[in-house]
Amino acid sequence: MSTSLSNTSTVRAGRWVYGASVALLCAWVLVPIYLLLVNTLSSPAAVSGFPKSFVPEFDTASLEFFAGFSGMVSALINSIYVAAITMVLSIVIGAPAGYALSRFDFKGKELFRLLILLTRAFPLPLLALPLTVMFIQVGLDDTIFGLALVHTTLAIPFAVLITFSLFSGIPVELEEASWTLGCTRLTGFRYVVLPLILPGITASAIFAFVISWNEVFAAAVLTIENRTLTAFLLQNLDTSPLHLKFAGGFILVVPALVFIFAVRKYLFAMWGIANR
Amino acid sequence: MKTIKSKLALAIALPAAIIANAASADVLFWSTQAKPVQEQQAMREQVLAGAGTVDYQANDGGPWLTRLQAELEAGSGSIGVLGALHGDYAAMDAADLVDLSDLGVESNSATFNNLAKLGESSLQYIPWMQASYIMAANKEALQYLPEGANIDALTYDQLIAWAANVHEATGEPKFGFPAGPKGLKHRFFQGYLYPSFTDGVVRTFASDKAVGAWEKFLELWEHTNPASTNFSFLQEQLLSGDAWIAFDHTSRLAQAFNERPDDFVAFPAPAGPEGRGFMPVLAGVAIPRTAPDMDAAKELVQHMLKPETQIATLRATNFFPVVDVNLPGDLPPAVAAAGNAVAKMSSSSDANPGLLPAGLGSKGGDFSKVYSDTFERIVLAGQDIRMVLDDQKGKLAAIMNETGAPCWAPDAPSEGACPVE
Amino acid sequence: MNSNRLPYLLILPVTLFLCLFFLYPFFQVAGQAFTNDQGLTLANFERVFSDWKFPISLKNTLLLAAAVVPVQLALALLMATMVNRMKKGRDIVLYIWTIPLGISDLAAGIIWLAIFEQSGFLNSMMHSLGMIDRPTSLLSYKSMGMVFLAIALAEIWRATAIMLVILVAGIGLIPKEYYEAAEVFGASPWKRFTRITLPLLRPSLQTALVLRVILAFEIFAVVAALGGTLFPVLMGETYSYQFDLLDSGSAAAIALVILGISIAFTLVILRALRVPKGAQI
Repeated sequence: MSTSLSNTSTVRAGRWVYGASVALLCAWVLVPIYLLLVNTLSSPAAVSGFPKSFVPEFDTASLEFFAGFSGMVSALINSIYVAAITMVLSIVIGAPAGYALSRFDFKGKELFRLLILLTRAFPLPLLALPLTVMFIQVGLDDTIFGLALVHTTLAIPFAVLITFSLFSGIPVELEEASWTLGCTRLTGFRYVVLPLILPGITASAIFAFVISWNEVFAAAVLTIENRTLTAFLLQNLDTSPLHLKFAGGFILVVPALVFIFAVRKYLFAMWGIANR
Repeated sequence: MKTIKSKLALAIALPAAIIANAASADVLFWSTQAKPVQEQQAMREQVLAGAGTVDYQANDGGPWLTRLQAELEAGSGSIGVLGALHGDYAAMDAADLVDLSDLGVESNSATFNNLAKLGESSLQYIPWMQASYIMAANKEALQYLPEGANIDALTYDQLIAWAANVHEATGEPKFGFPAGPKGLKHRFFQGYLYPSFTDGVVRTFASDKAVGAWEKFLELWEHTNPASTNFSFLQEQLLSGDAWIAFDHTSRLAQAFNERPDDFVAFPAPAGPEGRGFMPVLAGVAIPRTAPDMDAAKELVQHMLKPETQIATLRATNFFPVVDVNLPGDLPPAVAAAGNAVAKMSSSSDANPGLLPAGLGSKGGDFSKVYSDTFERIVLAGQDIRMVLDDQKGKLAAIMNETGAPCWAPDAPSEGACPVE
Repeated sequence: MNSNRLPYLLILPVTLFLCLFFLYPFFQVAGQAFTNDQGLTLANFERVFSDWKFPISLKNTLLLAAAVVPVQLALALLMATMVNRMKKGRDIVLYIWTIPLGISDLAAGIIWLAIFEQSGFLNSMMHSLGMIDRPTSLLSYKSMGMVFLAIALAEIWRATAIMLVILVAGIGLIPKEYYEAAEVFGASPWKRFTRITLPLLRPSLQTALVLRVILAFEIFAVVAALGGTLFPVLMGETYSYQFDLLDSGSAAAIALVILGISIAFTLVILRALRVPKGAQI
């Protein structure tokens, strides 16, 4: 029944469907971002007008407002510091636990896992009050490091569970083989396992960065002199005029996108090894 | 690996200032008002420019309160001066606020000064600025005003007829009402609808007149943009044309007038059978007992009450002065429009001014919830008016009994807790 | 090193960290849920449960999670497998698909409101295509279905990337030989997916699903932006108790309810997607 001719045409049709779906899914993600850009680059009149144009007018007045908004630059730098510390802390503290969960059976393992998850199941705004009191008492209040500690608490479940699921995907035999070849547990980990889970580390890093970058409440409560950009801007956008709302939203999105772009390739790092 | 290492290096190389608490000489002005970004900008650059080094920080209510509570609990903090609404202060423990009677500044209104005592014998906060709620309309809607109606002396019936005319002519309901999550709908019921129809707020909550008031509101709702449950700042819908006639806080309408002054009119709220109910908004400045530099904080409070600061605040926030000032002629269009509407409202022959709730303490939120829940049940869920009022009445009475708050205008004075009749 | 003690040593840093920065404040807050001026009480829970909005917000939260999470799971799996077999442009496509990760829920609410509001982009498009004469409000109590759809779409748009990144990192660890062998035996792409990808991806699937479900019960900002007062959810009620009604006891009580629901669902997912010992690759 199926001639070679119809076979190639099914393959071709399959490819076409595949390409079209990829394009469609890209559009699904990009169009709303594009519309945000249109609104950012439109005059106040156009932002509240109807019907809306789908092409920006390249009116930069809204962006210029923020360029002249005092405190933006230091807030941006603070945000980057907090996010960077959060990233390092959550991986350094979280990854060993992920490894332990995947490699060992130990008493209290389930309880430990639940504890990790619960961290994300209780709303931070309620925890902010006792945390702030504690920080004021120990002198961590209004410091970048203090805020990073809170953000690390939010990022740790991601770091632990992602590294856990990736370690689970790496055969123990691979590690054991390295031990027979003269590696210690540590060097075996360093030369065999670590390269394999670099994508996972990257994924955890992305989550840590993004969680910290976008967190508003703790940032607003715990930083005064050292405000982060979100505390400085995002919490006040909803009451701001429409055109500034969109421009401010856009400004907040850009750095996070630049960061993800910069580390994206590590998500696929060591692809060859993973496909051993 | 390389990235991880370099990031570690970054963390280690971070300046020590990141861990150490930055020493601050500034007075931290911790505010829930003047929150929109351009108002913050104006506060920093114009209003506070001559007040030494002030760090003006505007916040959502949640972070504002959490930070304040934490500093009070810890017994030390960095907030120097608070800026908030009367209701925010009323919910606090008066002992947490510094007595400001000896500062030598107060507002020109005895009523406001009295409110600012929060039931104590001395000023717990200083009235800072005031506003009110008014109506605004797109000039295109004016042609549909009902016969014989004067826009400066509308009745609720005329407003409904007007909104109905616009609805019919354009095919769309174009009355806009701030029923969104951050909208101030409860203030409309407490200060406008109830006083205009029942000459009361608490006593008359479940009266027959109140049933009439809700019936009228349902008539108006017929011609209200159904997306109103998303509206919190009616200036947006006036500008977009989604609403042609709107009720809201003066500062939440300001942008419409400032952006397109020739396209909109401001006018007084409508009158019902019991007069033209309306209510003020009062913001105050206060000093928490934990303020790090008490003298600097007191100086800042005094600065905020200077006539020239009050005028600068008016330009920045569209909130009006609370002290005697000579208003200059070059004020922004929104200020002129709102000022006129408020003046007409308070000088109208049928004016029925209400006061801000007093004596509710931390139950202010629950009090407002009674009114917005009543709205949501009657209007959005379509429940029977009498049934809802009788049900909500119990909750209101419980709040009044628990706090023992006496009646405030337009309710007749009470001995002890204000009764729900 | 003694391998009995090693696991405890490895989880020690996290445990200490979480005790200090999570459990300590958590027990303080949780304690408030069971106390009031008179001492120990269940009054806070009674207040929460008797509020007329509680059943509605509970139902809304659960419905939304039930509608959104399965779609996100399917979409993330689809995207992960697509990007996995991609030869050219994998980098850039994956980057585009992870963009929403960088967008906070507040910002996502702003973006999607610009699309769905009365004079928004959706109505503008329908207007220019001649489908409607004038814009009508899409998000109103008269069209609750539309409100639900808008919220669900915005959530799917915003939070699918969370699952995608986890799955992509996991799928990279599946040895290609398995697929090659399956192809030799003539297994269809669907069979390869259900027999190789799904079982071997179980650890990552479990993680992605658990994290996503927990976050789904905490949904708030997107709902507030699009649903306004029409669509109360549990998290919104928590905030309203804490910050509008200044009743931290009831706020803590409702937060514990959310916590309870999250634990229940987490346990179900962990059981259903258990990673059997020895079945690992």
